[in-house]
Amino acid sequence: MRKISAKDIQECVRRLAQKANFSLRADVQRAILAAFRKEKSSRGRKILSELLENARAARNDSLALCQDTGLPVVFLEIGPDVDLRGVDVAAAVQKGAAQGYREGFLRTSIVEDPLRRGRPKFGPCVLHTAFVRRKGLKVTILPKGFGCENKTQLRMLPPTAQKDCVEDVIVSVVKDAGPDACPPYIIGVGIGGTSDYACQLAKEALLRPIHKRSRLKHVAEMERSLINRLNRLGLGPMGLGGSTTVLGVNILTYPTHIAGLPICVNISCHVLRSASDVL
Amino acid sequence: MSSNPERAGLRIPHSGGSKVVRLSTPLDLSVLSSLKAGDEVLLSGRVLTARDQAHRRFVGLLKKGSGLPVDVKGRIIYYCGPTKTRPGAIIGSCGPTTSGRMDEMTVPLLAAGLKGMIGKGRRSQKVRQAVKKYKAVYFLATGGAGALLSKKVRALRRVCFSDLGPEAVAELTVKDFPLIVGIDTRGNDIFK
Ligand code: SF4
Repeated sequence: MRKISAKDIQECVRRLAQKANFSLRADVQRAILAAFRKEKSSRGRKILSELLENARAARNDSLALCQDTGLPVVFLEIGPDVDLRGVDVAAAVQKGAAQGYREGFLRTSIVEDPLRRGRPKFGPCVLHTAFVRRKGLKVTILPKGFGCENKTQLRMLPPTAQKDCVEDVIVSVVKDAGPDACPPYIIGVGIGGTSDYACQLAKEALLRPIHKRSRLKHVAEMERSLINRLNRLGLGPMGLGGSTTVLGVNILTYPTHIAGLPICVNISCHVLRSASDVL
Repeated sequence: MSSNPERAGLRIPHSGGSKVVRLSTPLDLSVLSSLKAGDEVLLSGRVLTARDQAHRRFVGLLKKGSGLPVDVKGRIIYYCGPTKTRPGAIIGSCGPTTSGRMDEMTVPLLAAGLKGMIGKGRRSQKVRQAVKKYKAVYFLATGGAGALLSKKVRALRRVCFSDLGPEAVAELTVKDFPLIVGIDTRGNDIFK
């Protein structure tokens, strides 16, 4: 058994919180560079080059890539060999995230009471746990900015909905987001499960490297088709025109009920941040 | 491109042919009205940061007929809530937030003399009309480039509402802060 202490978890989350906020994910950076080379709009190219410069500035100066350092979503994947007896896991995660944010001079973006609001704090984060077959404890943090989180939509489609209809829903959600949520976007889609699980899948989809397509052939095809369709919208960087509207479309599916087809589309801005480690 | 049905409902602005204008504060209203949607602007001078909660308070005070803790007449508001400032630094990461959330609270500020706003994304028709009526300008800054934009800030002075944390009102002194005109004084909108 692999004994993991509260200290280990706290330290890991602290470190990942800063890493995610200071250094742009390598896959996202590569995708922006590739888009910059392909983009025909001169304004679009200029904006994409600013994003690459921003990533450099953030990493060099340990500055947040974006001032919206998000609401951190933490995923714990617990392997069969992990021994957490006696450990207050949730508390360790919260402490680590808050410490990472505080010591990294990130932003207090979270209000304790969603209705009465009040003075913003560094936490708490949202915590998801899963039991998995892989050994060890995998810790992932995804600081989700709210400009784009606000554009996320859930639709409960009828079970008879065809593939085209599913694609149309995804395209319409991106159109609704328009220029507001810092395009070029990365689109995370969850299809299947229940309403809540589709939303979680949509978020988890953002964790997959954006150049990798789904392992399911028909889903990978849908991803490719959507990337093409969305980039033909002409929205472009910052919505000011161009061929770079999305950097990637990642779809995750799960079995669902005979009576339904839940689909959640989670929009991520180009500052898609996440960092992982295995304890 | 216009034959592409996917584009229906998404108006894509024309780019190209835009010029770079240097703008400074206090604002010269004749320079302001010479700006056209799509122009690139380098702004030097002072702007006030204010976002959701500060707007709510401003509008509440204006409704009651009381004065604002800071005069917005002739000034520019930047929709920005920066990260914490590292010791020895001037400001943290400081890009724009989504402007649309301020739409419902913008007209009273324009009526009170506000002349400029900086943010990202679309504005409502009401805002567009008020921008035209009060001869103000809505500027766009690059979203998600807050680390880069922080290099353009030369000073930060706290003004009011410190209990709002990152949403407190501050006065930033900026130098060559890069902007694009989103809505000009004639109500032309880059996204329309
Ligand atoms: S949408 Fe993303 S890039 Fe834009 S301000 Fe929010 S977190 Fe930053």
